[in-house]
Amino acid sequence: MALSFQDLIFRLQEFWGRQGCVIQTPYDVEVGAGTMCPETFLRVLGPQPYRVAYVQPSRRPADGRYGDNPNRLFKHWQLQVILKPSPPDIQDLYLKSLRHIGIDLRKHDIKFEEDNWESPTLGAWGIGWQVMLDGLEITQFTYFQQCGGIDLDPVPAELTYGLERIAAFLQDVDSVYDIAWNPPKRGAPSFSYREVRHADELQFSVYNFERADVATLWQLFELHEKECRRLLDEYGGTGLQPVDGEAKRRFPVLAAYDQVLKCSHLFNLLDSRGAISVTERVAVIGRVRELAVGVARAWLDQQCADVRRPRPAGSPSGTSPSEEAVVAE
Amino acid sequence: MPSNEFFLEIGTEEIPDWMIEPALDHLRRLLLEGFEKLRLGGGGQAGMPVTTVETHATPRRLAAYVPELADRQPDTEELLTGPPKAAPPQAREAFARKLGVDPGKLSVTSTPKGEYWAFKRREKGKKTTELLPALLPEVVLGIPFPKTMYWTGKNGPRFIRPIRSLLALYGGRVVPFSIAGVKSGAYTFGHRVLGKPRIKVTGFQQFLEELKNNGVVLKAAERREKILADAARLLAAAQPEGSPRRRTLRENPTLLNTLVYLTEFPTADMGEFDPAYLELPEEVLVTVMQHHQKYLSVSDAAGKLAPRFIFVMNLDGDSSGAIRHGNERVLRARFNDARFFWETDQKTPLGDRLPMLGHVTFQSQLGSYRQKAERNVALVRHLAAFVPQAPVEHAARAAELAKCDLTTELVKEFTELQGIVGGLYARAQGEPAEVADAIYDHYKPESMEDRSPRTPAGALVALADKLDTLAGCFSIGLKPSGSSDPFALRRAAQGVVKILADHSLHAPLSELIAAPQPSQAAAAQLKEFFLDRLRYYLREVRGFRYDEVNAVLAVGADDVPDAIARCEAVRQVRPTSNFEPLSAAFKRIQNILRKAGGVEQFRGDPEPSLLEAGAEAELYAQARRVFEETKESRDYETILRRTAELRPAVDTFFDKVLVMAEEERVRRNRLTLLAWLLRAFTRVADFSEIVVS
Repeated sequence: MALSFQDLIFRLQEFWGRQGCVIQTPYDVEVGAGTMCPETFLRVLGPQPYRVAYVQPSRRPADGRYGDNPNRLFKHWQLQVILKPSPPDIQDLYLKSLRHIGIDLRKHDIKFEEDNWESPTLGAWGIGWQVMLDGLEITQFTYFQQCGGIDLDPVPAELTYGLERIAAFLQDVDSVYDIAWNPPKRGAPSFSYREVRHADELQFSVYNFERADVATLWQLFELHEKECRRLLDEYGGTGLQPVDGEAKRRFPVLAAYDQVLKCSHLFNLLDSRGAISVTERVAVIGRVRELAVGVARAWLDQQCADVRRPRPAGSPSGTSPSEEAVVAE
Repeated sequence: MPSNEFFLEIGTEEIPDWMIEPALDHLRRLLLEGFEKLRLGGGGQAGMPVTTVETHATPRRLAAYVPELADRQPDTEELLTGPPKAAPPQAREAFARKLGVDPGKLSVTSTPKGEYWAFKRREKGKKTTELLPALLPEVVLGIPFPKTMYWTGKNGPRFIRPIRSLLALYGGRVVPFSIAGVKSGAYTFGHRVLGKPRIKVTGFQQFLEELKNNGVVLKAAERREKILADAARLLAAAQPEGSPRRRTLRENPTLLNTLVYLTEFPTADMGEFDPAYLELPEEVLVTVMQHHQKYLSVSDAAGKLAPRFIFVMNLDGDSSGAIRHGNERVLRARFNDARFFWETDQKTPLGDRLPMLGHVTFQSQLGSYRQKAERNVALVRHLAAFVPQAPVEHAARAAELAKCDLTTELVKEFTELQGIVGGLYARAQGEPAEVADAIYDHYKPESMEDRSPRTPAGALVALADKLDTLAGCFSIGLKPSGSSDPFALRRAAQGVVKILADHSLHAPLSELIAAPQPSQAAAAQLKEFFLDRLRYYLREVRGFRYDEVNAVLAVGADDVPDAIARCEAVRQVRPTSNFEPLSAAFKRIQNILRKAGGVEQFRGDPEPSLLEAGAEAELYAQARRVFEETKESRDYETILRRTAELRPAVDTFFDKVLVMAEEERVRRNRLTLLAWLLRAFTRVADFSEIVVS
């Protein structure tokens, strides 16, 4: 019996949990991809090792299809894994995770096909592949090289599983809406993806394409941008000088990052509303990137300055660099 | 196992398929250069065997094999000369001290300048086993890739993908070195699923056999053959019953090569799709299959697309049918999408999309695509006279609608189908065939191998579109530099040249450049730019020799088909016995005139009464006759043949007549004769540009 949607998630979490990953929960601000969550965007910066896995519902307003299209969704579920630094057997680990969800590699065709990832809004890019399973793209596999405009050292590996696609494959259904979300149990019916999510897809498509008020969205964008900029300026602008010591440790850089995520999501909404021309597009992406880069630098500066902070939870023991190394950075 | 055999295998994570062949070329070159630098015989040094390097690859390994590599550098012997024998003994001792040898070891050598103290320094060549460990990391990390990464940290090495294994054996022994923490050894690895992860290697033949036993076909040619053989077998087995002709594979060498380098053990299988999808245009179905899914498509007996596809797995087979089932499922979803887009797009005819084009930016300083379309329409009308066969109104309509497909869902999804989709929609929406075909073709030719637009209207629209882009971009300073050409301006200009050639359009390039009204500076740059493209076209596409092209373009480069005809004539006549000597004579004439103050000093015809009887008068009479008989002709080959026949007369003239005569009038008239000859017979090509072999 093929895995239900939720069992697929459980299995992958179980697998990566055993590999020393912190199993996180989805971030509670709208994001376009699991990469944007602080657990990836900020944790990949700097020398601290980290391993984390989490499900992230990812909103892409322009991809909505009113729940009519069997393969395209406004909001899809990603399972995001970050291994920092990337271990030498990362590809084997990944293939083992596929076996763990019931894919017999002797009976299926797996290919790693070149696909480099880039996010202009985050000033981030990496080198990697799309992993193809019998002709279906199921995972984006990336060695991060840069994030927030900062070169990454050590190099993290990011695995992003497309959960709907994998579930539809395992259950052999042609429409994501026919995926069984949970297994039937003791007479209780199983719920389908349609039952759980269809209204969500329909209503948000209507909002994103037809009803969202463009003027309000622009206002919100500017408010969040302003708030982020204010915080970054207080932290020390681009020079990153004035704040130090205890004040630095307490400074809400993470809150500033939430403002970046808000801006990014509002940009996507405006885009799906057709409110951004091609020329404007580049300029607005530039504005969001400037904020993202500012936060990345502030966060890194904060990490390096604060030698007393506790080691991030879940970082594999024995591989954490010494505090001297952190200070030297 | 030969004791001098060397081979290297770089084991990596999957390298992008299209980078593998160039990487192998570099690997071979770097090894040969390295061997040569180390005096191990790379390029076939004196006394050394010629070293051959064979390279092979799969997505996970780059390998080089040298059947025989010299086991050491040759010994060297060098004669170092010191002070003259006659110099004081201190000089001799100082020389010996400098070399660190006993003065008694010095000998005397005699040179034309006298006798000198000298020392014969012999150095033993180093062993190859001592030299390779330093060479190999340099070679491996020296392979250039279009985009590299680091994986062990910023201070680590860069490569295309992480290196996970290194195998290096010389004479059966490991060449020790390491890269990014990976130590070289005597082990390889098999296919991910079909093979063992660690395999002991002793020699190259055993390596190949072990790989084969472990699911890796190392040689690309064997993988290619296997795919084609599988496909042929599948097609033969699946012929519809009673069909007299067979289904055939649609050839696609580029895709086939991709599949060869995406697999270590390729197996082809055939899938089916619902024939109902064949209602969609073939172009769309084939794009989905080939570009997006990397499937080979199949023609039915009549050459139409069959509801079948060939896919290639990186495995030894699909006994459960699960892989075929999965691929069919993915294709179905893709086709459903395409059908959905096709149907959605039909609700808004192309003409109704013009206002939407106003929101699609062509280039920020050059406005929207709507503005570009308006300029293209104006240009089509302006240039119509140069394409006399083109129905102007149809071409103008096509130019108006040509960019509208940029707003369709289908083109947003399959950008490579721009133009084609517009043409298909125009036809489906009842536009005349001339309009639809012109839209369909207006991005063509996209390369020198691609065909030009099929119809005159298509040629006209394509010319207008490309010329507008070129004039616009050059006018705002966006001309290509080096390898950076984001607006594909080289391709655009090359396309203009090819269209003019393919459609035999005698449109002067200078007027085509001027038509979209570029800035003055841009017009000048474009002239140079087109001259380069024309030169490239004549040499690389048409295969004319560089001096033939120079000779022809020196006379005129404004009319493309005319320049081709003249090149063709030069190529035909060049092998005849008189041609090259005549070229030499023309060069001589040019030199004489240059020394006498330049050809422009001697205008008009020579005065017959001043010509000396004999060689001079004879030359003029003959030349005049040939000139008069050919001056109206455009039969360049005949003109050249007739011109070449003047060679004996020219030779006799130079033998018998002194050009720089004593008497001023005679001399001047003689130079005028030469200047006239030069002008009269360089209508086809400037012979002096021909390099005489």
